[in-house]
Amino acid sequence: MSILADLTGALVGGDLRVVDLTHALDPDFPVIVLPPEFGQCARFRMEEVSAYDHRGPAWKWHNLTLNEHTGTHFDAPIHWVSGRDWPNGAVDEIPAEHLIGPVCVIDCSEGAAQDDDFELTPEIIAAWEAAHGPIPAGSWVLMRTDWSRRRGADYLNMAEDGPHSPGPTPDAIRLLLERDIRGFGTECVGTDAGQGAHYDPPYPAHFLLHGAGKYGLQCLCNLDLLPPTGAVLIAPPLKIKGGTGSPLRVLALVPGDAK
Amino acid sequence: MTLPYPKKKDPQKRTKVPTLPPGERSRAALGLAIAAARGRFALQSCAACGAVQYPPRDACRSCLSVEMSWHDTPAYGKLLAETRIHASPDPYFRERLPWRMGSVQLEAGPVIMAHLVGVSRGDRVTVELRLDRAGQGVMIARPMKRTEDMEDDPVLRAIGTHPKHRRILISDATQPVARPLIDALFAAGAAHVFAGVPELWRRPHGLSAIEGLENVSVMPLDVTDTQSLKEAASEIGGKVDILINTARHIRPGGVLGQDTTAARDEMEVNALGLMRLAQAFGPGMAGRTADGVNSSAALVTILSAHALSPDPGYGAFNASQAAARSIVQTLRAEFAPSGLRVAAVYTGPTEDEWHQPLPPPKVAPKALARAIVDGLDRGLEEVYCGDVARDLAERWAADPALLDREMMGGGA
Repeated sequence: MSILADLTGALVGGDLRVVDLTHALDPDFPVIVLPPEFGQCARFRMEEVSAYDHRGPAWKWHNLTLNEHTGTHFDAPIHWVSGRDWPNGAVDEIPAEHLIGPVCVIDCSEGAAQDDDFELTPEIIAAWEAAHGPIPAGSWVLMRTDWSRRRGADYLNMAEDGPHSPGPTPDAIRLLLERDIRGFGTECVGTDAGQGAHYDPPYPAHFLLHGAGKYGLQCLCNLDLLPPTGAVLIAPPLKIKGGTGSPLRVLALVPGDAK
Repeated sequence: MTLPYPKKKDPQKRTKVPTLPPGERSRAALGLAIAAARGRFALQSCAACGAVQYPPRDACRSCLSVEMSWHDTPAYGKLLAETRIHASPDPYFRERLPWRMGSVQLEAGPVIMAHLVGVSRGDRVTVELRLDRAGQGVMIARPMKRTEDMEDDPVLRAIGTHPKHRRILISDATQPVARPLIDALFAAGAAHVFAGVPELWRRPHGLSAIEGLENVSVMPLDVTDTQSLKEAASEIGGKVDILINTARHIRPGGVLGQDTTAARDEMEVNALGLMRLAQAFGPGMAGRTADGVNSSAALVTILSAHALSPDPGYGAFNASQAAARSIVQTLRAEFAPSGLRVAAVYTGPTEDEWHQPLPPPKVAPKALARAIVDGLDRGLEEVYCGDVARDLAERWAADPALLDREMMGGGA
């Protein structure tokens, strides 16, 4: 068991840092907005049950209302129609060993600063691999855009023709699937670009990833604190029976000298 | 008479505690409040001999028949005598002396006692039934022609809910009714509008229509979010004189075919949202109903007239409206000790995206705004806006079970 002793030693000694990639669940944090005739994602709401008062003298607690896809959250394969028949595709069925793994971070922050509709393309992935080596099978791939620093209306960036935010092209996702990644994550409200409905297939990250049994993470933050390679992602969703996703706390273990 | 804008309050003086005029009435006399709440002038008349009588009683004073019913009655008369009251043992009137009262010979028959507004002995007068702070119907004798300035009279100011000089919170200013409502409120002399906007993060439609208006403060407010209401109330809770709840969530669909998620959203916004608003702003408003010229006066909410009897095509939405109506009724009882008026503005289908395939008549945002402000001008508690709402209310009042049958599709 010396590996674990080494690990805990490194955590205590500071050779490993824990980075929190999670936004606080907050009523004002944006959720995905669909055309109004469709069902909508519930906003995060918190109602006081008691607060050391007549409703419960010594304790404070809240009832929560939220969607599986509210806040920083995990998408399981059954979230999308393409993954509906994937075995063990619900959050409660995903093998536990899939919930911790290596992570590659592709820095698109410069491009996203210039272009709200910045695309992650196969060329960018190829350039990243040329610099950092091939993306290992079974790893998470995160698209860093620094989008998480946006506040309020600039986050969804809604316009008359829908939201504008960066995301991957269909070919970029196909390339990641060739690498047999575990999942793909972004800082935006979804794994797909704001205008992702206009690709073929529409919403390629959702359609292709979940169709191949892969996972999604979105509304991440602090990706600028991760190295391109060498970190470990811990992303276990709540064990919701038949759940299509789940809000979660996403943590990364980062070597102390990285970044 | 022109009422000057009040000076800033002296912070060393205690805010006046609300007192109420005498509120005890016989069961028969409650008919006056029912008419006053709707802005009608109705008196009791006898089904057997046709006598019109006042004050209301359980039996006819001419023929002793107990078949008494209420009917709209011509509201004209002659002021027979007037007096100016300079002393009263009643705490409410003591604070408002001198107070003018008089007796009016109604053309319909009876002689009634009325509060006087701008009339003198011998004048031909119009008599209005108005709700007083105790929620009871009282008679007001006023000049034949109604003027806006009339509402500045201390008698009407004391019992009314006029927007003049008042500061008004609109709970959801992204609704189509908001902009015409703001315009109508300012036309009526409102001092300031706090425009609540939910979900600023999604750049809601409707925001552009209210941004940058003079004397309008846009503020984040969401009736489904208790925390946002707490924050807004902690900022402006002490200066909301009138609260107009415009927040509405509508999705077409009955009960079998409607998603419970959509129905839940409707309940959250339309019913529980009203409850949360009242909890956040009500106590502060209830404490300020005697706070000078711009005292708090009213909480207004928009309801579908189908709160009375559902249109199955909007069954889930109408369930939320019936729930909201029930909340309004409880709030009336709960705010009664403070004299804060709780008004419901009933509307038929509104001219918006959620009633788009429905045929006219539909209520335009401007008409709804006018009805809300007119209700405040006249201190009403029940306002029916548009032909559909008026028709439904009349049929409901005549026979609720029959209306239910008709709404189910029975009858031709």
